[in-house]
Amino acid sequence: MPRAFTPKVVTANALLEGDVVYLTADDQWTRDLKQAELITDEAVADLRLLEAERRAAEVVGPYLADMVAGDGGPEPTHFREDFRRTGPSNYHHGKQAEA
Amino acid sequence: MYQYNEFDHAFLAERNAQFRKQVERRIDGSLTEEEFRPLRLMNGLYLQLHAYMLRVAIPYGTLSSAQMRQLAVIAEKWDKGYGHFTTRQNIQYNWPKLPDVPDILDALGEVNLHAIQTSGNTIRNVTADHFAGAARDEIADPRPVAELLRQWSTDHPEFQFLPRKFKFAVTGSPNDRAVTRAHDIGVRMIERDGEAGYEVLVGGGLGRTPMIGKVIRDFLPKEDLLPYMEAIVSVYNTLGRRDNKYKARIKITVHENGIDTIRDKVEARFAELKPLFSGVDQEMLAEIERQFAPPAFRNGPTDTFEAAREADPIFRAWADTNLTAHRVDGYAIVTISLKKHGDTPGDATADQMRLMADLAEKYGHDELRISHEQNVILPHVHKSDLPAIYAALKEAKLATANVGLISDIIACPGMDYCSLATARSIPVAQEIAQRFEDLKMEHDVGPLKLKISGCINACGHHHVGHIGILGLDRAGVENYQITLGGDGTETAEIGQRTGPGFAYDEITDAIERIVRAYLELREGPDETFLMAYRRVGADPFKAALYEDEKAKTRAA
Ligand code: SF4
Repeated sequence: MPRAFTPKVVTANALLEGDVVYLTADDQWTRDLKQAELITDEAVADLRLLEAERRAAEVVGPYLADMVAGDGGPEPTHFREDFRRTGPSNYHHGKQAEA
Repeated sequence: MYQYNEFDHAFLAERNAQFRKQVERRIDGSLTEEEFRPLRLMNGLYLQLHAYMLRVAIPYGTLSSAQMRQLAVIAEKWDKGYGHFTTRQNIQYNWPKLPDVPDILDALGEVNLHAIQTSGNTIRNVTADHFAGAARDEIADPRPVAELLRQWSTDHPEFQFLPRKFKFAVTGSPNDRAVTRAHDIGVRMIERDGEAGYEVLVGGGLGRTPMIGKVIRDFLPKEDLLPYMEAIVSVYNTLGRRDNKYKARIKITVHENGIDTIRDKVEARFAELKPLFSGVDQEMLAEIERQFAPPAFRNGPTDTFEAAREADPIFRAWADTNLTAHRVDGYAIVTISLKKHGDTPGDATADQMRLMADLAEKYGHDELRISHEQNVILPHVHKSDLPAIYAALKEAKLATANVGLISDIIACPGMDYCSLATARSIPVAQEIAQRFEDLKMEHDVGPLKLKISGCINACGHHHVGHIGILGLDRAGVENYQITLGGDGTETAEIGQRTGPGFAYDEITDAIERIVRAYLELREGPDETFLMAYRRVGADPFKAALYEDEKAKTRAA
């Protein structure tokens, strides 16, 4: 039996601002993890990452990040991704301030 | 202070103009990230967790008030109104946007600052004792030497692609405040039989494999400095391992080849290089030394200071904690703490930077220093001006009386900003500082250096903290390892791990247990934490850390 695939989102940093972005199902870059496309199939994930890598004039360093399906959309499985979607904990800066 | 000459200005302007074009080409899509990345790193621009980060070098930690004001302008205009001073005497801006960076670099250039060689496998910002030119115990001001090393290493064609990054620190005092033993090369200015020279240390460094630097030359005559430095870096450039990033620093080269082999090779290379140095470097050094001539100190009464110290216990607490002996009678060195309890270590707002610049201009011969301990220093203050300075600092929330105490924590940015981090360090520092403030305990505890890093790279110098904390990722959870007995001074030592780490919500309690154990076992207030640790060893502290835990598990 193949091992279970942890769902993924494609994430990167925006070229101009450097802030965290996620790929949506309709090929937009969103700043809101909830809007991201949650990919549950490994082959699709690899393909989506390849497509993201071709958009070098928009983003930097796209990669696949582990997620789980939550009520409102993808939820991080690791604290690093939780910080990336929120912002730093010492100041109300970054995404938490933009919402 | 060192003033840029025409050549420096032209070089910087050209580099900035080049980078402006490179940024344009990246934005219009003609450069890929793979092509652009090394170019931006050469100009100090990193991409971090939430944004770009610009690291600006503050050579040997010295700033004029005009430079500090410009740092404030940049913080306000292109960042979020603050800057972060680092353990390498740099300042980092956490939120610049890529299209703005060329303008920021031009603004820095206006006050002779830049971000060159703050990244990459080059010779990085040369650091020095932050009390340089002011300390009472000083033999000689280390900054002319640091400046000479800066000029020699900046854009040095042979040393742009070293096996790995390379860091120098220079001190002119027997009491080492520049952590020279934890640098790739440490230069200690010494005197022997009345002759000035240097003791040269090599192969120190923290990170994954911490090492204390070894003496490669116990006395180097003054005029041999540059050829000898060039010989070391050149031997390293050939011998250093490029096959494995983790074995590439000179500390590993020294460790694997042995200090004696390295010394032989360096001496051989030095013999070749020495005739090529015509003495121009010594003329340059003499010129630089003139630019670092001490300010015109004044001779005035200090009784207003004594009176204020008698009358106001809060002022007294600050004066007793944050002042250091100056080499000129009537003067003091003021350390401004950027460690207000509960705030982020090393951060200053634009307003605070401007205030410190104003104070330096008005009372401090226009000089400021940044310490590797992430504080700001007014190196030359007449004691009669201290009450006014204190009052102004208090207004700006800069009068925390904790220099050298447990809440004067060094903390790297950790996972709140750094993309390499394995755990957070800032909130841990905030909580520990707040805890000891609430307990009103730290003045009783006395000198204690607590240092926190958010990953094994050890930017927070945790290995040389009396208490060190290393944040790790243990199976997807933040975990904090404690080391004890580290020391970054002339008696440098690497701290020893106590045992298993602690969870994010356990680490502050754990530190409190260590400190309470120390208070119990010390022979008196004169026995500092480090002295007590050296006397009794780690066991009583381990017991305080873990015995409780065991008791709990047994009870459960
Ligand atoms: S120690 Fe690690 S987490 Fe901290 S700043 Fe350095 S690389 Fe980043």
